[in-house]
Amino acid sequence: MQVSMSVNDRQVSKKVEPRTLLVHFLREDLGLTGTHVGCETSYCGACTIKLDGKAVLSCTMLAVQAEGADITTVEGLARNGTLHPVQEGFWERHGLQCGFCTPGMIMSAVTLLEENDNPSEEEIRHGIEGNLCRCTGYHNIVQAIEYAGAKMRGEEPAPAEWENA
Amino acid sequence: MSSTSVLGGVVRRREDPALIQGGGRYTDDVKLAGTAHVAFVRSPFAHAAVLSIDTSAAASMEGVVAVYTAADVEHLGLLVAQAPVGALRPLLNNGTVKHVGEAVAMVVAEDPYLARDAADAVEVDYEAMPAVVDLKHALSDELKVHDHLDSNLLVSWTGPFGADADALAEVKAGIDAQKSRDGVVVVTQEMINQRLIPVPIEPRSVMADYQTGYDRFDIYSSTQIPSALAGGIGKYFGMALNQVTVKAMEVGGGFGCKLNVYNDEILVAFASKQLGRPVKWTETRREAANSTIQGRGWIATATMTGTTDGEILGFELEGIADMGAYSQNFTVAIPFLGVFVGSGQYSFPTHWKMDCVVTHTMTTDAYRGAGRPEAAYYLERILDMYSRKIGMDPAEVRRKNYIPASAFPAAVSPMGFAMDTGDYESNLDAALESAGWSDLLAERDAARMDGRHVGVGLATYVEVCGFGPAPLVDLGFSWSEYQMPSAFNGSGLVRVHPDGSATVSIGTGPSGQGHQTTWAQIVGDGLGMDVDRIRVIHGDTEEAPPSIGTFGSRSAAVDGSACYEATRKVRSKAAKIASHLLEASEEDIEFADGGARVVGTPDSSVGWEEIAKAAYQPHLLPEGMEGGLEAHAIFSPGNATWPFGTHIAMVEVDTDTGDVKLLRYIGMDDCGNVISPMIVDGQIHGGIAQGVGQAMFEDAVYDMDGNLLAGSLVDYILPTAADLPSFELGRTVTPTDINPLGVKGIGEAGTIGAAQTVVNAVVDALEPLGVTHIDMPLRPRRVWQAIQDAQA
Repeated sequence: MQVSMSVNDRQVSKKVEPRTLLVHFLREDLGLTGTHVGCETSYCGACTIKLDGKAVLSCTMLAVQAEGADITTVEGLARNGTLHPVQEGFWERHGLQCGFCTPGMIMSAVTLLEENDNPSEEEIRHGIEGNLCRCTGYHNIVQAIEYAGAKMRGEEPAPAEWENA
Repeated sequence: MSSTSVLGGVVRRREDPALIQGGGRYTDDVKLAGTAHVAFVRSPFAHAAVLSIDTSAAASMEGVVAVYTAADVEHLGLLVAQAPVGALRPLLNNGTVKHVGEAVAMVVAEDPYLARDAADAVEVDYEAMPAVVDLKHALSDELKVHDHLDSNLLVSWTGPFGADADALAEVKAGIDAQKSRDGVVVVTQEMINQRLIPVPIEPRSVMADYQTGYDRFDIYSSTQIPSALAGGIGKYFGMALNQVTVKAMEVGGGFGCKLNVYNDEILVAFASKQLGRPVKWTETRREAANSTIQGRGWIATATMTGTTDGEILGFELEGIADMGAYSQNFTVAIPFLGVFVGSGQYSFPTHWKMDCVVTHTMTTDAYRGAGRPEAAYYLERILDMYSRKIGMDPAEVRRKNYIPASAFPAAVSPMGFAMDTGDYESNLDAALESAGWSDLLAERDAARMDGRHVGVGLATYVEVCGFGPAPLVDLGFSWSEYQMPSAFNGSGLVRVHPDGSATVSIGTGPSGQGHQTTWAQIVGDGLGMDVDRIRVIHGDTEEAPPSIGTFGSRSAAVDGSACYEATRKVRSKAAKIASHLLEASEEDIEFADGGARVVGTPDSSVGWEEIAKAAYQPHLLPEGMEGGLEAHAIFSPGNATWPFGTHIAMVEVDTDTGDVKLLRYIGMDDCGNVISPMIVDGQIHGGIAQGVGQAMFEDAVYDMDGNLLAGSLVDYILPTAADLPSFELGRTVTPTDINPLGVKGIGEAGTIGAAQTVVNAVVDALEPLGVTHIDMPLRPRRVWQAIQDAQA
């Protein structure tokens, strides 16, 4: 089947087997390997992408179901060499270790902050509940998202914890 | 350390720009032209005879390249293990399968979807048989897992270490003699330390690229032990180490489960060699659960004997540890690691015995902490129960029984191990102060007055890590099966290039620990060079000298020290070159700000560019000096390292539902010197989360037929962000004296400290209701049931 969609502001049109999962279409057909497969049961969130403005799990959706969709993956976040504030936050606040959950986590955080750029810690924690991280205990991910929220509001982020130590 | 020291400073991680932009290269991201894909056919039974395997339908499917069964690979032998105790795993099994998930056939096809279809078309006729799952049942030998073994019991690990039967009996008799004394209480409890699935978010993945004619392999694998994997592959195919290159690029978490040479890695290599094309396999999450190693799985009875005023007279632990069906890399060695820390950081006599048995379940092996969280759990839980029994503050009971700081550096634990450095009381005090211990207790009591069920738990731990030295090797655990030197040495190579930039090559296999950053800090500090001028190459056996790999919180202490020593050698030669170029005495040369300078004469300096330029042009060098500027160092530690810490948790239990909420978590850890506070804290955060995961959520439960009931993330429950609070961390610093960096290791500490801290807190919350113990995981139903039982 032929499937067409916009991925990271680029119009793509490819022939796929009808059963091809969207995540495999992105990774194998488009070479966008930043989106990861962690569990196949929509529990880990590593495959999270932005589809028509919403955070969506690309491992439990067929490529053909994304016909006509507007998709952003982690590869499409940085603009002209400038990191998205969420990417910057993850780097500045050590919000990642192995990095495998990170693209999905970042995409969830991006959509979370687009809906609410000043979330409380509890709102952040519930907002990323669908994304599992096994390395960080989420502590620094929360800090990273708080950093990004401040940046998006045009405020100076609070100093890192280790800067106070 | 130079005046521009970055050790102890904060350096943003150098691995992150790729990882946050989707550019991280993990094994499954590698694409080679002509790659074929593997799917395995796995047993749905825990114990069954394979009567027949019919591969004809699968083999004739379009796009299927090959189907292999045991007959095709038997000539390669069994999967090797370091500790040759128990039964070794067949690469593929056509006899009697021993656990759900055991591989019976391998399908290779043009794409992964077709491979899966074809695997489903392989018809296997099984005759199911009863399974041994319960550990006490296994120990009874009523039904044996392996006919060729004398018993399901593989080995019993006892402590004190090195004590013979008579000496062990003497320790036991000594403790027993105290039990009947006046003013002595004895507290005993059987507890389960349940099986866990490591669950790195990246499933394991391996790609083999056999190059026909060149007769060599490139192996891409999500592994923590690239050098050992290269040696392992070489062993099976009769190839030298220089014919196999393993590349472990980004590895998406490991936690010990990628610390094995797996049968699938050998099989994928086999298929690539047979077919003369690249072959790739990436496990599904269900395979990650049932055929990648698991951890823990102990049942044991802990007994604490002590006076009513808090003097502990003896600790005993006796139990059974689950090895699963087959011994893999470390399997039987894991409970032995518990012996090391069996008496914790305390001075009381300890008698320790764990029987290691086989069952019809997946192999257990190293999962974060590996034997040490289990040992610490039993010790700290029973210590808490004892404190409660005598009505003493649990912190004070611990203080009273510590090995004192004055015992170092000559301290030997009751289990018989020399410990490097320790100051447990100062660490405890720091934790109590940081938590506001008395305020915390007052807050708890006030909450109780309001009818809330709030509890406060405390636990301390000592860890042993940084392997390391000889004892494990002496017991027959060595890497010789993987063509590796048997001692767990560290190895690092530092090279300054002609343009003055540098590369450090190291055999570690990190999976998120930030080695790109930490090794650059060590080398940058030693050379006075900006970390941005230093490239780190790890996880690539062609580029880096061999190392045992990344596990057991060993990389910084052992390979980091090798890096340090190699840097020192390079600096020593560079100092001679600089003194020649600056016409100054070598003793007056120091390295800082990107080059060498004369102490006290900042204008007299020479940059690394000029030093390197000279190094590669012998006519510019002092007479007789060889050209080049690089050094390799092997570091062999004299002892393991012994980090320690104190953790405190505050919880609230909803007694109507059994739901536990973790309100606060305070960690006070001591891992010696700290190279990067940011990375060290990150390791502790993640470690705590995994310990809390065990305490509250995770359970790799098998039913009595050997079916894994928690085989996906739907039923194997991991903590989410919403389940955890922000952690409150502090540290004390007691440097080790066994390596030049003074670092001890921090990868596992959080996990070793956390589970018992949470359980102690929950039991504290429920003490007014009469609850004295609940086995992990403390999920609502179990907590609710414990309350009902206590009230009945």
